[in-house]
Amino acid sequence: MKKIIQNSLEGEYEIESEADILTLRVKKDYLLSIMNSLKTNEELLFNQLTDICGVDYSLFGKPEWKTKEVTSSGYSRGIKASSHGRIKFGETVDALNTEDRFCVCYHLLSIKYNRRIRVKVYINEDPQILPSVTSIWSSADWYEREAFDLFGILFENHPDLRRILTDYGFIGHPFRKDFPLIGNTQIRYDPNLKKIIQEPVDIEPRVLVPKVIREKK
Amino acid sequence: MKEFKNFTMNFGPQHPAAHGVLRLVLQMEGEVIKNADPHIGLLHRATEKLAESKPYNQSIGYMDRLDYVSMMCNEHAYVLSIEKLLDIDIPERAKYIRVMFDEVTRILNHLLWLGAHALDIGAMSVFLYSFREREDLMDCYEAVSGTRMHATYYRPGGVARDLPTTMPKYEKSEFKNKDEIKALNHNREGSMLDFLKDFTSRFPECIDEYENLLTDNRIWKQRTVGIGVVDASRAIDLGFTGPMLRGSGVNWDLRKKQPYEVYDKLDFDIPIGKTGDSYDRYLVRIEELRQSNKIIKQCISWLEKNPGPVMIDDAKVAPPNRDNMKVEMESLIHHFKIFTEGYCVPEGEVYAAVEAPKGEFGIYMISDGANKPYRLKIRAPGFAHIAALNEMCKDHMLSDVVTIIGTQDIVFGEIDR
Repeated sequence: MKKIIQNSLEGEYEIESEADILTLRVKKDYLLSIMNSLKTNEELLFNQLTDICGVDYSLFGKPEWKTKEVTSSGYSRGIKASSHGRIKFGETVDALNTEDRFCVCYHLLSIKYNRRIRVKVYINEDPQILPSVTSIWSSADWYEREAFDLFGILFENHPDLRRILTDYGFIGHPFRKDFPLIGNTQIRYDPNLKKIIQEPVDIEPRVLVPKVIREKK
Repeated sequence: MKEFKNFTMNFGPQHPAAHGVLRLVLQMEGEVIKNADPHIGLLHRATEKLAESKPYNQSIGYMDRLDYVSMMCNEHAYVLSIEKLLDIDIPERAKYIRVMFDEVTRILNHLLWLGAHALDIGAMSVFLYSFREREDLMDCYEAVSGTRMHATYYRPGGVARDLPTTMPKYEKSEFKNKDEIKALNHNREGSMLDFLKDFTSRFPECIDEYENLLTDNRIWKQRTVGIGVVDASRAIDLGFTGPMLRGSGVNWDLRKKQPYEVYDKLDFDIPIGKTGDSYDRYLVRIEELRQSNKIIKQCISWLEKNPGPVMIDDAKVAPPNRDNMKVEMESLIHHFKIFTEGYCVPEGEVYAAVEAPKGEFGIYMISDGANKPYRLKIRAPGFAHIAALNEMCKDHMLSDVVTIIGTQDIVFGEIDR
């Protein structure tokens, strides 16, 4: 598989991992040409786009307490919350990775050769913009709308880039790691105003288990 | 008199044929649909984000609630992805149990689909027949997991517990006398496997009954033949999987092409359609009922002969034996650790997919080495199918929308996530 890719794929890419599915890391400028040849090259024929997934890497590898240093400090070690699940409205998560923060990950399937491949593009600029692959695979349409809705990644030349999963008029991109799990606003009917109003949430975050990274012995 | 030609119509979100909370904005020209714009997300619960804030095992229950008519298949993809990341192999018996329940789930799903689809198009009685058999399979769910639907039965490392040796029985009530109770309980005297075996011997005749009602039924054919036609290359391009893809004549089934668990050891066929219309997809699903029944039979005969563990013997992943927990310090610590902090999964990313009744149900999981997934992406088959609703509905009549929603086997739990 790796050999076929190396022989038949033109353009700039690097192989990021081979552990599960062969993963290519592609630069934004080469995305469309590489995707095109992945689909049309006779040796590859990745004719189905299985999935597009947005990822926010800003808290990658950042636990809420370190297991090595703080064992003596007892119960207090997991108290300070810093992940999206444990912060309240208005609080911010600390220590954001800003380099390679956003990534879009494409899963492709070749029905003829029974192979899968994963293509990842990291985005560094703000706002996050990528070329749309809807012209290559029709199924990309809604997957890109989803990535836009949940992560705020914009897709150039997408025919109809609207929100898809969140409510009409929703503000923010909820799957970003700095968006609190309990949300920012809640909706209720106000009997005095006789209309539905939005107000800041009054729910307390309830995630009790802190994120821990333990190294394998 | 004023003549209206084009108008916009709202279909749903509260409509019995919308299978949940689908809102369709239809551009009509008379009774012909020119454009259909599905508005989804009314059932969005951010399952993926919730999973990011919980230890791995606590999200298994969320998976049941995605595609809430094929519960265990969703769990299967989730636990497979964790097992892939942990790089563990589960006991053979657990694999057979999983395959058996995957196929039970497929029958459950297809029966609900069949009943609801026929009801939408105007055949009331099929619904009653298909729910008669669903009840028995629900009892199997209840016997192994304690719940009829949201089982949480599959766990990373195997399944929660071994198959029960008894089936729950009907009890005497003021509405039923002794003889009636005895007749109801006649196949519940043995173990769960005996009950399921009895079911598999009865079930092919039940499928014949459904087919008698529908397959050559003139009205059924008028409503489904030539409706929602998708050719093979379009079906692939639109991301179709499962019966939607096979109905268009593409021979693609993950159970055969990328076998997981023990599917490569079992004997079954993959039905494919020809024309890619709603009727062909109906035929494909009916044949899948028969094939699933065949697979269940093979699993039962293997499981009867091969007792053994159903969970891996690894205290870091699987909870310890309850008896040991009471007497051993180590087991108590492991138990405490697993149920408070959970286990840490090595850094990496993985995509695990199963052939769920509706198509390819995949889990893409990224781990940063923590006790919670860093990112979980659910690849739901229905999402790609409903994205193609506009293309399938174009230039059809309004009443055909109901057929097309039905033939896509849409469930909003998995589409909205």
